[in-house]
Amino acid sequence: MDLALFRPVEAAVTISVLWLGLGGAALALTRAPRAVTGWLYPVGAVVALALALIGFWVMSAPASSAVLPAGLPDLPFHVRLDALSGFFLLLLGGVSFGISLAAAGYFRGSETQSSGLICLQYHVFLASMAFVLIADDAYLFMVAWESMALSSYFLVTAEHHSEQNRRAGFLYLLVAHLGAISILLCFGVLHGGLGDYTFDALRRAELSAFWASVAFALAFFGFGAKAGMLPLHVWLPEAHPAAPSPVSALMSGVMLKTAIYGMVRVIFDLIGDIRWEWGLTVLLFGAATSLFGVLFALMQHDLKRLLAYHSVENIGIILIGIGLSMVFFGSGHPAAGALALIAGLYHTLNHAVFKALLFLGAGAILKSTGLRNLNEMGGLIRYMPHTALYFLIGALAISALPPLNGFVSEWLTFQASLQAPLLDNSVLRSLVPIVAAVLALSGALTGMCFVKVYGVAFLGQHRHEFISDPRPASPWERAGMFWLALACFALGLLPVFMVGELNNVTRALTGAGLPEQAMASGWLWLVPTSAAQASYGPIIFLLVIVAVFAATFLVVRLIYHGRLRRADPWDCGFPAQTSRMEDTADGFGQPIRHIFAPVYLIHREIPRPEDPRPVFRQEVEDRHWYWMYQPVARFVEFLSGHFGRLQQGRISVYLLYSFLTLIALLVFAQ
Amino acid sequence: MSQASAVVFQILQSVLVVLIAPLVLGWVNQCRAWLQNRSGPGIWQPYRVIKKLFHKDAVLAHNASPLFWATPYILFGCMWLAVGIVPVLATSLPFAPAADVIALVGLFALARVFISLAGMDIGTSFGTLGARREMMIGFLAEPAMLMTLFTASLISHSTSLVTIVDTLGHREFVIYPSMAFAAVAFVMVLLAENARIPIDNPATHLELTMIHEAMILEYSARHLALIEWAASLKLTAYITIGIALFVPWGIAQAGDWSGLLVSLGALVVKLALAGAGLAFLETVSAKMRIFRAPEFLGTAFLFATLGMLVHFLLEA
Repeated sequence: MDLALFRPVEAAVTISVLWLGLGGAALALTRAPRAVTGWLYPVGAVVALALALIGFWVMSAPASSAVLPAGLPDLPFHVRLDALSGFFLLLLGGVSFGISLAAAGYFRGSETQSSGLICLQYHVFLASMAFVLIADDAYLFMVAWESMALSSYFLVTAEHHSEQNRRAGFLYLLVAHLGAISILLCFGVLHGGLGDYTFDALRRAELSAFWASVAFALAFFGFGAKAGMLPLHVWLPEAHPAAPSPVSALMSGVMLKTAIYGMVRVIFDLIGDIRWEWGLTVLLFGAATSLFGVLFALMQHDLKRLLAYHSVENIGIILIGIGLSMVFFGSGHPAAGALALIAGLYHTLNHAVFKALLFLGAGAILKSTGLRNLNEMGGLIRYMPHTALYFLIGALAISALPPLNGFVSEWLTFQASLQAPLLDNSVLRSLVPIVAAVLALSGALTGMCFVKVYGVAFLGQHRHEFISDPRPASPWERAGMFWLALACFALGLLPVFMVGELNNVTRALTGAGLPEQAMASGWLWLVPTSAAQASYGPIIFLLVIVAVFAATFLVVRLIYHGRLRRADPWDCGFPAQTSRMEDTADGFGQPIRHIFAPVYLIHREIPRPEDPRPVFRQEVEDRHWYWMYQPVARFVEFLSGHFGRLQQGRISVYLLYSFLTLIALLVFAQ
Repeated sequence: MSQASAVVFQILQSVLVVLIAPLVLGWVNQCRAWLQNRSGPGIWQPYRVIKKLFHKDAVLAHNASPLFWATPYILFGCMWLAVGIVPVLATSLPFAPAADVIALVGLFALARVFISLAGMDIGTSFGTLGARREMMIGFLAEPAMLMTLFTASLISHSTSLVTIVDTLGHREFVIYPSMAFAAVAFVMVLLAENARIPIDNPATHLELTMIHEAMILEYSARHLALIEWAASLKLTAYITIGIALFVPWGIAQAGDWSGLLVSLGALVVKLALAGAGLAFLETVSAKMRIFRAPEFLGTAFLFATLGMLVHFLLEA
């Protein structure tokens, strides 16, 4: 590509339009579904990779903007590509490259007439996310935001024959629109009566402290609803599992991140003058969201639902980073604020990578065994060794274990919260470490949850009698998972490069960055503030563990021997081992149910002692339904019931309404 | 300080700690035997056990996956790395910047996840039971541990163990109330993380009491030897982290050959005292029911938080 001819913003627009074009091609090819899955997804993957490269290039380049020859007359679309957009384009492109590759394998072999439609929605979804990221006026932003919601709605209801999926889709659409209205109002508040909705004008508008806070609250609610923040999370564990697995990966991995993008864009860029009270709000919501998400994830036995709850948890962790950053910026400590923002953004990227990987793994299991219920899986490592390896990498990454990527961003968040003694407000100063302890708790609970998932699904004896052995994942799926697993390693082992790039992003966005000595320690050591305070060298971790592994393996064989015998399991000499004696997913979560009992709403059916066929049934529900959603729903039904009385069905009454309206308007016009 | 002698110190420390780790365990067991009026097997017993296990033929269940036999080696690697990073003998080692205390906690978590997965690999009822309990103790201990480390890092404004040792070790002796709170919390977490009484009993094979032992029931021979060795390394690593955080006096600079002898002597005395103290704690307390563990570790969390508040109120 000739850099002088193509400016990055134009290249990005071209690529997004290419995605739309692929969608159009899918529509034209609905009668040849095999061509759709075999060709269009891989081409879409290549396009995604190009977008990722552009994003990476822009992260350290000056911003560029353009006006598109599209939109309404006198209201053209403005686009702009700066470092923040570049980072999120990198995320979108890099992750959807892997997902599109896997999609080519996932949809193969089950093509129907609707394959073309799914492919259309899939690419429209991708393109609209790209437009959200490069939009430079509220108009294009909202158009792209809504087409993102709509195209993903159709993907959620792709398997619309099931009642449950239709319900999930409706709930998703409802919350998405509540959020969209809130965002629209936020832009209305921000523009301050100037009549100009370009982001540049919104940035320049002077707001009083009250209206700025209103704008913050609206943006936080609107984007929080899309991100799955507590208590607006209820749609997420319904909608994400309902979609086909690559789409679940896209929604959990990438779409939630557009909400994070919107939040950062509006709060840090458009509103600008941050107050620490806002930061505290975000911080507390983030902590609650992360703890709640993981506690409910531990109660699930549907693998995709479990992963969806983990998305809630990780959004909480990202919000903790962003909230910390706002607290520090708001109380005049820009260096610490930049560190926290980098931690939040790094976790955004990391979560996109490992969550997409895990959803693709769940998709591979679903495709080859037809199972989503963990309690029926078991021993899959013997049938699907590649998927098992990639899933293990994803599980270790999401559990925030070194030397993989999840640990880096959680570690940076801890380091940011260790800057708490800088704060003057003593309540904040002691609150921030407690939030960090909540983060540690949810990190450790995530570890427990993924031991459960991996142990129950891949290890142990198999619980399900298969008619024929499950087939390993297809080469396309393996390629997609390999790419994302590679990214988990790269982001985990060489964090210094990405932190350096993110430093450019925060500098461009807020004017503050990490101190000089932090970046001067070389590529081996990740140093958040100064080498004396803390440092982390993941490559040493990997090298030493691998070296000791190999050395011990050889030395033991040299000095002693390597003799090995296969036998039945020992288990304290108990002879009859069946798979019913292993822990199920629900059994594994029992300590959590016991310790955190007040969090859950548990329905139990305990059989009577004389029951000849005893069945123990237990269901865990979300309390939010009862104290928040159902009262609101009842109130809305009540209101609409009363408004319904206006609808008489007789034309004379309606004419009377028009007449009365006219009179009223005439009176007011006086 | 030359680069070469720092590397020599690094190798010296790693090898020395790995070699004496079973001795620490033997010393704790021997002290416990004395306190219980038994004569005890002697402090060299763990070495004999490890040697015996290395000689045996390994037995693997039919359905064991590669994860099962790889885990002991990974565990051993993790623990070896941990004792290479903690300033046991000397500060400013080449590996020291690889991890601050928070990253060390992450390293222990990595080991815990692997051993729990291995416990579930065969699919026996005891293995899954142990894995479930181990992860439960883990998630209870981790916030308390982190809070302890936060409090301990407040005085030196650093989570790097080297800086903490340098700050605390080279100033006159002052009792910080916050550190006292943090130290109590740390000891409680240490007991829980290393499967000691009152959380777990390393000496029994009873399904009601065991956590760690339940997970490793299926292991034999060299795999079991490595796991036992790694367990003693973990205990030693925790004790030396405690030493670095709370009583760092005597730890040498890397390359300081004359300081090495003092450092070595100090280490032996501190380990002996810590081991005896551990044996005493285990003798005077009883094993708790498993669902009392949240209270125990919640108390540890509370102590650490109190320490932090005390620091902000009195010492800042």
